[in-house]
Amino acid sequence: MHPILIIVFAPLAAAIIGGLGNKALGSTVVKSITTGALFLSCALSWPIFLGFLGESYTPTVVPVLQWVQSGSLSFDWALRVDTLTAVMLVVITTVSALVHLYSWGYMDEDPDQPRFFAYLSLFTFAMLMLVTADNLVQMFFGWEGVGLASYLLIGFWFRKPSANKAAIKAFVVNRVGDLGFMLGIFGTYLVFGTVSIPEILAAAPGMAGSTIGFLGYRVDTMDVLCILLFIGAMGKSAQLGLHTWLPDAMEGPTPVSALIHAATMVTAGVFMVCRLSPMFETAPIALMFVTFIGAATCLFAATVGTTQWDIKRVIAYSTCSQLGYMFFAAGVGAYNAAMFHLFTHAFFKALLFLGAGSVIHAMHHEQDMRYYGGLRKRIPLTFWAMMAGTLAITGVGIYEVGGFAGYHSKDAILEVSWARGTEISHFAFWLGAFAALLTSFYSWRLIFLTFFGKPRWAESEHIQHAVHDAHGHADSEHDNPPAQEDAGHDVAHHVPHSDHGDGTAGYHPHESPLTMLIPLGVLSLGAVFAGYLFNPQFLNSEGFWKGAIFFNENLMHAMHAVPLWVKLTATVVMLIGFGIAWLGYIRDTGMPERAARQLGPVYSFLFNKWYFDELYHFLFVRPAFWLGRKFWKVGDQGIIDRFGPDGAARVVALGSVGNTRVQSGYLTTYALWMLVGVVGAITWVLF
Amino acid sequence: MEFAQSLRLILPEEILSIGGLVLLLAAAWLGDKASRAISIASVALLVAAAAVTVPTLSGGAMGPDTQAFLGQFRADAFAAYAKLLIYVSGAAALMIAPRFFEQFRAMRAEYPVLLVFAVLGTGIMVSAGDLMTLYIGLEMNSLAAYVLASFLRVDNRSAEAGLKYFVLGALASGILLYGMSLTYGFTGTTSFAGIHAALTGQLSTGALFGVILVLAGLAFKISAVPFHMWTPDVYEGAPTPVTMFFSTAPKVAAIALTMRVALEAFGNQADAWRQVVVFAALASIVVGALGAIGQSNIKRLLAYSSINNVGFILVGLATATQAGASAMLVYLAIYVMMSIGSFVAVLMLRDAESNQIESIASMAGLSRTRPLLGWCLLVMMLSLAGIPPLFGFWGKLVVFRAAVDADMIALATLAIVGSVISAYYYLMVCKTMFFDEPADQVKGASDWAHWALLLIATLFNSPLGYLLTGWFDNLAGKASAALFLAA
Repeated sequence: MHPILIIVFAPLAAAIIGGLGNKALGSTVVKSITTGALFLSCALSWPIFLGFLGESYTPTVVPVLQWVQSGSLSFDWALRVDTLTAVMLVVITTVSALVHLYSWGYMDEDPDQPRFFAYLSLFTFAMLMLVTADNLVQMFFGWEGVGLASYLLIGFWFRKPSANKAAIKAFVVNRVGDLGFMLGIFGTYLVFGTVSIPEILAAAPGMAGSTIGFLGYRVDTMDVLCILLFIGAMGKSAQLGLHTWLPDAMEGPTPVSALIHAATMVTAGVFMVCRLSPMFETAPIALMFVTFIGAATCLFAATVGTTQWDIKRVIAYSTCSQLGYMFFAAGVGAYNAAMFHLFTHAFFKALLFLGAGSVIHAMHHEQDMRYYGGLRKRIPLTFWAMMAGTLAITGVGIYEVGGFAGYHSKDAILEVSWARGTEISHFAFWLGAFAALLTSFYSWRLIFLTFFGKPRWAESEHIQHAVHDAHGHADSEHDNPPAQEDAGHDVAHHVPHSDHGDGTAGYHPHESPLTMLIPLGVLSLGAVFAGYLFNPQFLNSEGFWKGAIFFNENLMHAMHAVPLWVKLTATVVMLIGFGIAWLGYIRDTGMPERAARQLGPVYSFLFNKWYFDELYHFLFVRPAFWLGRKFWKVGDQGIIDRFGPDGAARVVALGSVGNTRVQSGYLTTYALWMLVGVVGAITWVLF
Repeated sequence: MEFAQSLRLILPEEILSIGGLVLLLAAAWLGDKASRAISIASVALLVAAAAVTVPTLSGGAMGPDTQAFLGQFRADAFAAYAKLLIYVSGAAALMIAPRFFEQFRAMRAEYPVLLVFAVLGTGIMVSAGDLMTLYIGLEMNSLAAYVLASFLRVDNRSAEAGLKYFVLGALASGILLYGMSLTYGFTGTTSFAGIHAALTGQLSTGALFGVILVLAGLAFKISAVPFHMWTPDVYEGAPTPVTMFFSTAPKVAAIALTMRVALEAFGNQADAWRQVVVFAALASIVVGALGAIGQSNIKRLLAYSSINNVGFILVGLATATQAGASAMLVYLAIYVMMSIGSFVAVLMLRDAESNQIESIASMAGLSRTRPLLGWCLLVMMLSLAGIPPLFGFWGKLVVFRAAVDADMIALATLAIVGSVISAYYYLMVCKTMFFDEPADQVKGASDWAHWALLLIATLFNSPLGYLLTGWFDNLAGKASAALFLAA
């Protein structure tokens, strides 16, 4: 039996056992089964990846079942294992296993743990199906599966209205992208007559330059197909325009944010573009579109990230921004650089989320950074883990020597976009460089606000409740603390009873349990070393990729030959960002407020996320509701119900009343009807 | 020789008539004290009559050998099939009666005797081979039935039921006789075979009048719309065991007789009467369904239900094919068991003072206060509604299939729509029993005969009934073959 079968199906089995067993098995058993299954998958995945790394492993396809055989359409369940898959396998199984372990600590007080772990495992299975897909339909299966799991996990605390809303928003916005993806799949089948990925990729170059009728115009076939597929990727990977669901998805438990909304699912779009890279290479306009959207997202999300107060939202916008980097790397043709950034990003972003979760855990579910401060001494291990993550994301490193993970992957993206030398790639370079400055700023801002300065916890309601509870004033509203996450910030923060004068309100943050610290440690290693260790294979070695993606040898050579100032740009802007953050949040803490006041409209624009939500609400949500109400009131109730079921019921009721009237009880009436019947029958038969 | 042969063929009728006369004497002699004993003896008579009828059916008897008294009487498989259903109904009506009438102190020795004569009359009806036999059987049954309907003389509703039945029955008989005389006048014969032979080609207006009037007279007996209006009043007013009898034996007999008249005597003129039958079928289905919806009395509801069921049976007649006839016979058997089951269940609804409960509202929450009774009634109701996997579904299915096979798809579709409407009131009864707050009125105990009949009927209508489908198809096939011999 090929290990890939166990890797993929162990999480499914665990999810089924855990989900159906649920309360009957008890949370410890379910947690052990699901976590055990994930560690098993993880242990089997690494040898495959290392095998590709050592260039000793050959790509294979493992058939599972026949799926559809209908006319000329035929495809099977099959698991494809090549370099691209192997990279995703280790990312998914490692992060997932660690998140499972982390959740033992983080979700400890939750009454629904079996359900949570079953969802996590189900998600992992769907994600593995996505990355092992050998045909577009199977990929779509995984694609929808992760969407479902994402919906279930965002809405895990379904008693909280905001979580429900966020879950629905994530699902609906993703449907928009999925429509594009579906149209892309249909179009691909129409053009190529197959949904098998290898066959499509082999035939793609021959289709370059052909045209197809689309919406009444003759357009380039490959461009239109690739743009449709990319719209699917935009939805899943929260790219500008379809990004609005990702920040709201932070309503889910933090481990979910780490696994789904940072390391794995949101990167599915990048993975898909890379998997289909030979196809995208034949579509220059589509690639320009990808580059533009990626670069724009990269900048947009970074600007918004600088103004947010919620620790998880900052990281969410950071994720969005980093995904933008991956896309424009793909757009300029450096799919290997995109995958490399995906790989390193998975480690340091999962680390940042889990670290943030550890902070939230320590701060009694307070997520607002305004009520943090001075936590460095209280939770030192979490602090150092977050530092590792921040050093990685900001790309700290020394030229010619090496650095943290982001230094290798992000800098490579910037260099390659300069090296590509087209207008759009230079555009992306400048946007990316500026975004890197902002990345550095908001990342350090997060660190400084959280871990440095004086404690500002006293004004946090969560902390106040925690202190009250600790003093024995049990508050029945708060018997389910996780469900309180992010609740009540709009309520005026009142002055606490006992001011200890140091801003702590007498609260003592505690370091997280070992189950949470171990994942932080492991991921820290990844954040520190992943870039340095795997740099040569990802960026330079075609032998590593073995044709799993489109590998542009010339571009890679050009990348190493860019001017020195280009190579140093990323480091310089990183230092500038760090400097501004230091000035504003360590040196002169009043400065950010003054700056915000001075830049009034700009600040509001950024703080309100460029007013995307408001715009969409006006453009789409309200008309959709209006239309829906019309269909409901006029179409369904007014026409279908009125002339359908309700009308029929009314006719029957009338008939019943009429019959009761005729059935008068008088013999004469009965006799009369009999004679009417006889006369009527004869008359009818005669004529 | 001919005469002896004839006497041998009418053996079931001889058993019933001679036995009935003996019991009548016994009843006069022994008085009401002996009513239970006479009831038991009557059941024994029915069993004996059934025993001598079985070979006729299983042997698939048909043709000249089965004709007695120069073709006036038929003892073929078709008649045997109907007779067995009639005897089962009669026995059930006898078994459940004593307990019922005793609570009114009204159990009299005449009841079993009258019932035996009514059964005898219905037996003659289904064996009729001549318009004269037809009329004798019909009246013999009717006269007994009028008395049975008003058996609770002191009860106003019962007396009213008897009177209404009698007056309207007399009117129907008049229509029937008028039709018979016209038919005789235009064909010169009263025997079915003779009429069949005479009515070929273009039908004269007078003969057409005859055909329609004869069928109209019979339609009264099977309570097809628009000759149905007596049914709810009589069913509601008559004592429940009598109602059960009315909804089974005379109905089986009248339908069988109608089949014989329509398919054998008027078999060559199917196109003349088909449209009338189609109309009567659909009208019965719709009026039965609509009428039942407004009812609060369970017996009245079941009366409309029987009108509704007759509609489905007539769908089979409208096809005028052997498959249709066979389907009608299968449906009839299932219908008889559904009727017996539901009326016995109604009979078992008594309050603490042992009074009969007839209002549907009082059955609320029956599933909790009397679970077994509730579940049995549920099976009956769902079976009547024709919901799979209960056996009632099979009856509807064979009838609709016959209609579809005869290319009467519109008829089948409309009938299915009607059956959807009719499902409403059956489900409403179920809802009352299972989901409403218990009214806690049903208290009284029931005797073993009731339970036995109810459980047998429930088992028959449960999915276990499907074990019998092969057997029924075989018997109904033999019986209907006897009907199409002339054609």
